[in-house]
Amino acid sequence: MPKLTVDGIEVEVPAGATVLQACEAAGREIPRFCYHERLSIAGNCRMCLVEMEKAPKPIASCAMPAGDNMVIHTDSPTVKKAREGVMEFLLINHPLDCPICDQGGECDLQDQAMAYGRGGSRYDENKRAVKEKYMGPLIKTIMTRCIHCTRCVRFVEEVAGVPDIGAINRGENMEITALESVVDSELSGNVIDLCPVGALTSKPYAFNARPWELRKTEGIDVMDALGSNIRIDARGREVLRVMPRLNEDVNEEWISDKARFACDGLRRQRLDRPYVRIDGRLKPASWDAAFRLIAEKVAATDAAKVGGIAGDLAALEEMTALKDLFAALGSPNIDCRADGAKIGAQHRGDYLFNATLAGVEDADAVLLVGSNPRKEAAVLNARIRKAWVQSNGKLPVGVIGENADLTYPTTYLGAGPETLGALLGGDHSFLDVLKKAERPLVIIGAGALAREDGAAVHAAARQLADQVGAMSDDWNGFAVLQAAASRAGGLELGLVPGDGGQDASAMLGGTMDVLFLLGVDEADLSGLSDSFVVYQGSHGDAGAHVADVILPGAAYTEKAGTWINTEGRIQMADPANQAPGEAREDWKILRALSAHLEHTLPYDDITALRARMAELIDGLDMVDLARPGTPGPASDAAGDLSDVPFASPVADYFMTNPIARASETMAECSELYSVGKAGAGEATGTDG
Amino acid sequence: MLQDKDRIFTNLYGDQPWNLAGAQKRGIWDNTKALLDKGADSIIGEIKESGLRGRGGAGFPTGLKWSFMPKESDGRPSYLVVNADESEPGTCKDREIMRNDPHRLLEGCLVAGFSMKAQAAYIYIRGEFVMEARILQAAIEEAYEAGLIGKNACGSGYDYDIVLHRGAGAYICGEETALIESLEGKKGQPRLKPPFPAAVGLYGCPSTVNNVESIAVTPEILRRGASWFAGLGRPNNTGTKLFCVSGHVNTPCNVEEEMGIPLKELIEKHCGGVRDGWDNLLAIIPGGSSVPMLPKSVCDDVLMDFDSLKAVQSGLGTAAVIVMDKSTDIVEAIANLAHFYMHESCGQCTPCREGTGWMYRVLTRMVRGQASIAEIDQLHEVTKQVEGHTICALGDAAAWPIQGLIRHFRPEMERRILEYRKQAA
Repeated sequence: MPKLTVDGIEVEVPAGATVLQACEAAGREIPRFCYHERLSIAGNCRMCLVEMEKAPKPIASCAMPAGDNMVIHTDSPTVKKAREGVMEFLLINHPLDCPICDQGGECDLQDQAMAYGRGGSRYDENKRAVKEKYMGPLIKTIMTRCIHCTRCVRFVEEVAGVPDIGAINRGENMEITALESVVDSELSGNVIDLCPVGALTSKPYAFNARPWELRKTEGIDVMDALGSNIRIDARGREVLRVMPRLNEDVNEEWISDKARFACDGLRRQRLDRPYVRIDGRLKPASWDAAFRLIAEKVAATDAAKVGGIAGDLAALEEMTALKDLFAALGSPNIDCRADGAKIGAQHRGDYLFNATLAGVEDADAVLLVGSNPRKEAAVLNARIRKAWVQSNGKLPVGVIGENADLTYPTTYLGAGPETLGALLGGDHSFLDVLKKAERPLVIIGAGALAREDGAAVHAAARQLADQVGAMSDDWNGFAVLQAAASRAGGLELGLVPGDGGQDASAMLGGTMDVLFLLGVDEADLSGLSDSFVVYQGSHGDAGAHVADVILPGAAYTEKAGTWINTEGRIQMADPANQAPGEAREDWKILRALSAHLEHTLPYDDITALRARMAELIDGLDMVDLARPGTPGPASDAAGDLSDVPFASPVADYFMTNPIARASETMAECSELYSVGKAGAGEATGTDG
Repeated sequence: MLQDKDRIFTNLYGDQPWNLAGAQKRGIWDNTKALLDKGADSIIGEIKESGLRGRGGAGFPTGLKWSFMPKESDGRPSYLVVNADESEPGTCKDREIMRNDPHRLLEGCLVAGFSMKAQAAYIYIRGEFVMEARILQAAIEEAYEAGLIGKNACGSGYDYDIVLHRGAGAYICGEETALIESLEGKKGQPRLKPPFPAAVGLYGCPSTVNNVESIAVTPEILRRGASWFAGLGRPNNTGTKLFCVSGHVNTPCNVEEEMGIPLKELIEKHCGGVRDGWDNLLAIIPGGSSVPMLPKSVCDDVLMDFDSLKAVQSGLGTAAVIVMDKSTDIVEAIANLAHFYMHESCGQCTPCREGTGWMYRVLTRMVRGQASIAEIDQLHEVTKQVEGHTICALGDAAAWPIQGLIRHFRPEMERRILEYRKQAA
């Protein structure tokens, strides 16, 4: 614990801290461009120079380890001069095109030039111009603005694990460039946040708004089951962009490209009024007419033939209303496992990521069972990579399932459940690796459970976790990685079939006369031709196509919602904008419908609804905390393992939900990354 | 003047063969085992005592540098890295050593490496030195064959390898940490210090980077004793030194001389004097392009060693003496150097990347006089903004020649500006 003096203030910092951190501990602001807490130290911008007594020249505080008895000055004339000098150098070749720069108003260079600059330029020579680089459909480059801090280079190399950005040439000809034309990472958008100037900006957001025009709302991402913390920036009714919020335990300060760029999907393909199918065609209808039609159908149907399924993006609010409504109707046919996952809701530990997301960093061996975390939860994948980096490349990661490039080395064990069986039977060398580990982590993907032998896979993984000591007093390494934002919440709510009820797979097979789909779009809906389908959701997607009545709901940014992420963390979001047209918040629609069904739900406002939720979910007041569970005992009667290879539920990363499918940006990405890579051959422009 | 008996580089001019047989006639590899038998600590002690200061430019005490290496390994091997990336304009001493006396360097590698418990020496040679690389490689092979290096080097029981690596032609790779990066196969950019190479160097292992000349003189120091070496030159500036004199002298040459020889004597004795006589001298850059120049008035009686030159706001650097007579366009000469530093800046850190280009462009205008008087002060301020604010010393090296120009030739710069203005009017 070195003790040092910063501007006369004595501070004690943890061993290994830098002088910059010590200055911050002393309450001094140190300007910086290249330094970033989550990236390696480059020390190249020289903006953080401070004076250290007994040192002949100013030191880069970001790179200098804090030492005992150092005497640091951050406000001396030398420091002021050094900062002015560096600032001037940064600006001489910067275009100063702030009026047309998208970074304007949230630009580190702008801010720090104001605070630490000299106020004028003495540079009379011609400025440098740099060619733009193509970095794919998400990142817009204006490289003349680049100040060569190399944050983007370090991010893609260290965090994203795809060394696609680098610096070429030297001296003033040094340029940042994408080496293989596009940045092939699901996290690439984060370089936009990292770029301290306007060199890398968001392509879809280009010239859309100034930061001060935007209304900023704290939200929760629903594109995967991590519940990444986001900030939703809206102007008027439109969401213009999504940015990450800091949450060390969930997403640190990264979000996936889908979370960031799918927001233009909120404006397209929206269901903005109720529809009713008349003579095979969907016709606009009034709320009243739609509700009356549903009421008629339900009244004429035996409760045992009425079913409801909650989809992937649903919040706890509407799922609670759905559950209560079906209880009131007396129907046991209700399910939240739209993907047909074979997991029970009895033991929370059976379906949660019990190790917690941050806990991944403590794991000393990882086994992935039927999961491709890079596609299913890109930010979590970066966390596994971080654990691998922190272990100096020693973290063993075994893969059963898709043998994909996860950005860190993996040991491929096999494609399907038979490998899991072999491992369990002691017939595999990787078993020793897991056994030797003190904190082995077994990650079971949603795709491994949503199959015929899902229960058997779950049981086998559960037994394996037991066998390798993954569950001890201080470590629970049995981790189910859900793929849908709603799933953990739905299961915790007990949104599973009641006594004699049918599950989602059965209901989707066409066993119901009236089927209520709450945003179900990812399942196979082709078997519903004989059912009367009510679809409530935000987008005209798969569910709406098979619907007989459409009730327009709100998308995730448009409602006060509560989600439980894959580690059991309850997170709440405020609405950032209004749903379009006549669309309403989903729980309100169900509440209104309940009145027509003559089973009026007993809550009139969100407070009352949340009080009801608290009755159903233990610890609903533990907002924002991970609430891992304990898995139930391993069952022996789960059936046999098949030999069908595991497949990730995410076939095309950019197309996993109705919002993403409605997004032009995501379509462009899908074309470029997913379709292009699948070997679609050379597009001629006439082949579509 | 250095007596022949005190000369270390006895084949500087290639009069004798460079090969092992020739080298052995000159006393190289003569019972090297006895030198190693003195023990590592004793070798370092003797080098410290000799007062040898690094010959690569900075003049850091060599023995002290070696003593920073870990005495006990923590499991990592240690390395000696020899900086043979001699690229400083005006400097051509290491080239001659490798060309004509490579075994002297190799013996030095063994002795120095042994004293710092290094497993191997990596010699990073400038890419343009094709012939020297070939000769050095041949010499290494000879030495392996003769059992002088490799397993049980010189019968000492010590295993020691020497690896030659050719650079790709970047001045910055002569900076020790950039050299290490380049040696590791990365882009040649200096590293942040700390950690210093003695703690984390080549491949993350403790390493010492030394100049060719520093390493090459060590066996001779050990043979003749520290006091012999310390007896040459002046206190704190001991021994002999290779001087490379170029420019406007009658016979440019490399010559080994005693440290502290008067600059004038060096030029008159060895180089046939300045073209058209000493009075025709304009200025001299005494230590390679990086150090500030000296006007004639200073050159008259300055001594050529670290401390004397520092006292006149210059430096010994690599002891590459660049002589300029009155026919020189002094501003253009420095603008030429400024171009060199702009071209060779690695681009990593801000002041050097942006500042070198700025300084060059302003200076280019000043060659014609197309500037204002106030810009001279501004240029000086810019050099001060670069100096001392960069990761490595290239920023300083770019700033100093310009500071020297302004310090000594400001009237000439102002004259050009006024003249240009008069013509333009």
